[in-house]
Amino acid sequence: MKNRIQTARPHVNRNEKLIFEHSSPGKCGVDLPPLDVPPVSAAEALGEVYRADIEGFPEVSELEVVRHFTRLSTWNYGVDTGLYPLGSCTMKYNPRINEVVARLEGLATDHPYAPEFLAQGCLEVLHQTARCLAEITGMDAVSLQPAAGAQGELTGILMIRAWLEQQGNPRKYILIPDSAHGTNPASVTISGYQMRPLKSDAKGCIDLGELSQAMSQDVAGLMLTNPNTLGIFERQIAEISELVHSRGGLVYMDGANMNALVGVARPADFGVDVMHLNLHKTFTTPHGGGGPGSGPVAVKKFLEPYLPVPTVEKTPDGTFYLNYDRPKTIGRIRTFYGNFGMAVRALAYILANGPEGLRQTTEDAVLNANYVMARLRDVYDLPYDQPCMHECVLSDKRQAARGVRTGDIAKRLIDYGFHPYTTSFPLIVSGAMMIEPTESASKEELDEFIDALRSIAQEIEEEPSFVLEAPCSTRISRLDEAGAARKPVLTWKP
Amino acid sequence: MSYPAEFLYTKDHEWVLVEADRATIGVTDYAQKELGDVVFVELPRVGDSVTAAQPFGVVESVKAVSDVFAPVSGSVEEVNSRLQDKPELVNSDPHGDGWLIRVRMTDPRGTEKLMAADAYETYLRETQTR
Repeated sequence: MKNRIQTARPHVNRNEKLIFEHSSPGKCGVDLPPLDVPPVSAAEALGEVYRADIEGFPEVSELEVVRHFTRLSTWNYGVDTGLYPLGSCTMKYNPRINEVVARLEGLATDHPYAPEFLAQGCLEVLHQTARCLAEITGMDAVSLQPAAGAQGELTGILMIRAWLEQQGNPRKYILIPDSAHGTNPASVTISGYQMRPLKSDAKGCIDLGELSQAMSQDVAGLMLTNPNTLGIFERQIAEISELVHSRGGLVYMDGANMNALVGVARPADFGVDVMHLNLHKTFTTPHGGGGPGSGPVAVKKFLEPYLPVPTVEKTPDGTFYLNYDRPKTIGRIRTFYGNFGMAVRALAYILANGPEGLRQTTEDAVLNANYVMARLRDVYDLPYDQPCMHECVLSDKRQAARGVRTGDIAKRLIDYGFHPYTTSFPLIVSGAMMIEPTESASKEELDEFIDALRSIAQEIEEEPSFVLEAPCSTRISRLDEAGAARKPVLTWKP
Repeated sequence: MSYPAEFLYTKDHEWVLVEADRATIGVTDYAQKELGDVVFVELPRVGDSVTAAQPFGVVESVKAVSDVFAPVSGSVEEVNSRLQDKPELVNSDPHGDGWLIRVRMTDPRGTEKLMAADAYETYLRETQTR
């Protein structure tokens, strides 16, 4: 039958015009009530900075604005719409109970300048969250101030610097394994250190010989992620910490991968002096645009005096207060007390699960990642062949021989209805495919995901060009990423 | 693409063409393939000095941002200004028009640690089969 549709209203399967393109002259989205004060001439009041009009500003009705953004919102892919196996990001379910608790009137509406005696409940939430995180990591004290993982790193490295300065010499370098997250070198540099890369060994872990050689009297410490970005636990972590300590350095742990350890292993027990946690990863607070993030820092006793101010403390009679009187503090890291709402959600998650629940969560996350690895290793290359923790890293080595790379496979996954895995990271694996299913994925969902990746491998064998053109089921097909980066067009009308 | 015999190579996948005390430096075909589409190249200024085995520039691709390490020490005499507008030359002609910088070498003996083309190709095979 002939397709008679000539024009159609925008709907979920169609591309969406820009808000500017919906504009028609003279439309106005607001209808202000009559003035209840004497009118003032804006032109007179503002003088030469006054303008009557903004050229090209979209003129649309309120309903058109609502529909435009509502339609765009249906394009989102989130944890609430499907599996989100983006390695290193721990995209797990954010339980709705967190949101219920965060909206409780006393927690949601309290003012940060409220006097302490009226804010006891909020202070207790902060105090208890810090205590729970200290218990989970085995560390002695926690600051909830840093607003993201990278800010936590900065806070931690600044504390290492402050402590070493107190010992008489801040030293010059921080060692970072070549598998590290890109934020690590940046945090180190901003803290006034130079970073020195450590080459991983054939198993993807820290090479003790290499470390021993690098760990000179000029080195302030080691910054490591454990399990590392290959999803592999550093089995020699106790020896590693001992070596760093014996040369007068400190051990910083990037806690981005704590989803593999909670309830099973405590970083304090394997020699970590300072670390950060990502509440928006491990402790189910929202990610990204919906955030904000939260990157609490946990320290051993000897670093406690350097924590950011204020700290939340408790008097012997059980009253909570904010302590600003800390002469050795590195100072303030964030306005007020960090992203308070995230502490509320994380605490709700921790208490709802309890110790056994948290341990189960970790075990499920590790089991899921190993299941994915076991069921895909016969079709995709496994560069570091050993049991993984919460994520596994495969590579496109076999597919690359047919001209298909990790980014192409990721785009084809979109056609199968899944969010892509992390591509091309960690950098020590050529063509990396980094998959972190988290504990939230059911076996049924994992099987569908695995079937999709197996099917794509088959497509690559039979007709690689098909995969190279993916995605083909989306509103917009493959974007010219190189073109966009080389010649970015930042105006809506070229 | 073959690796020119007149070049010397580093383990970090840079090449250098030494002519008397002048050295032309670029990244290898293997490097550009691994990087993917190059979108931006950051180079030193003429007159800056570069040190062997230390980073002197940055190559940014759609996948990653990578330091480029100097195979030899010296002062920069010329930079490939075409890369400003056409970073894709690094992909299309890595051993030719995609060169990065020319330096006047301060120590011509600095090339002893570098690999000849056949040694580099062996090195690539070993790296890839790991």
